[in-house]
Amino acid sequence: MLGYTVTQWIFGILAFLAILFALMVVFTRNPIHSVLYLVLTFFCIAGHYLLLNAQFLAVVHIAVYAGAIMVLFLFVIMLLNLNEDTEPQKTGLSKAIAVIVGGLFLLVMVGALKGADQLAINAKGHPDTGLMHRLGQVLFHEYLFPFEIVSVLLLSALVGAIMIGKKDTEEQTDTVK
Amino acid sequence: MINGISINMYLMLSTVLFIIGAVGVMARRNTIILFMCIELMLNAVNLLLVAFSTLHADTSGQVFVFFIMAVAASEVAVGLAILSMVYRNTKSIDSELLSKLKH
Repeated sequence: MLGYTVTQWIFGILAFLAILFALMVVFTRNPIHSVLYLVLTFFCIAGHYLLLNAQFLAVVHIAVYAGAIMVLFLFVIMLLNLNEDTEPQKTGLSKAIAVIVGGLFLLVMVGALKGADQLAINAKGHPDTGLMHRLGQVLFHEYLFPFEIVSVLLLSALVGAIMIGKKDTEEQTDTVK
Repeated sequence: MINGISINMYLMLSTVLFIIGAVGVMARRNTIILFMCIELMLNAVNLLLVAFSTLHADTSGQVFVFFIMAVAASEVAVGLAILSMVYRNTKSIDSELLSKLKH
């Protein structure tokens, strides 16, 4: 097909959709639509992970991002009852400046990253890189300590979120006394 | 080359996604959308880490993606708790109202 393989077609379509949905996240006015477009972007990125032979990460990505984080976003947006009418808008000038800055940044990055193909590849790696078996072995041998630290981080984030989110009625009564 | 796709393609895709996220952070005032754009930037970096991990056949990159996901999850939990408290006090999630640290 036009000199491209099936994998290249899939990559092109997924890349186009990911960029399109990412643009829709930024330029849609309704916050709920933004969340839904971001979920679609994450599905496209999960497709890229599958294309890169990282099956475990693709599944975890969908479960954690589309399943947990975006539901949390949707929950908060619906809890605060946000819609297009309450949406604060920046002036056209600052939006234009943001787009110009982004374009210049893109120019710099494309110039800097050009020719990365020629970099040497160290080929001492393991063939089944992205499979769960290999990932688990590396995670629990080389990265066991960071893994435990991350579990402590998640626990403290959980406790912190509850501490911030709860109504501080006791403190108010303390200050009244 | 990964499955016939040049690493340059992944570099360009990640750069574009990252910059869309950065433009979103600069162009929007809704704090929740800012958080979502930060998630988009994190994901652009994650994609590039996985691409290079597959290119070099080295699993460490994917372990780092795993850690980034955990950090992003805890960041979102704390951030959204703070935002809902801000909304409870100011009845708005406009980022321009949160400028008291500026002066």
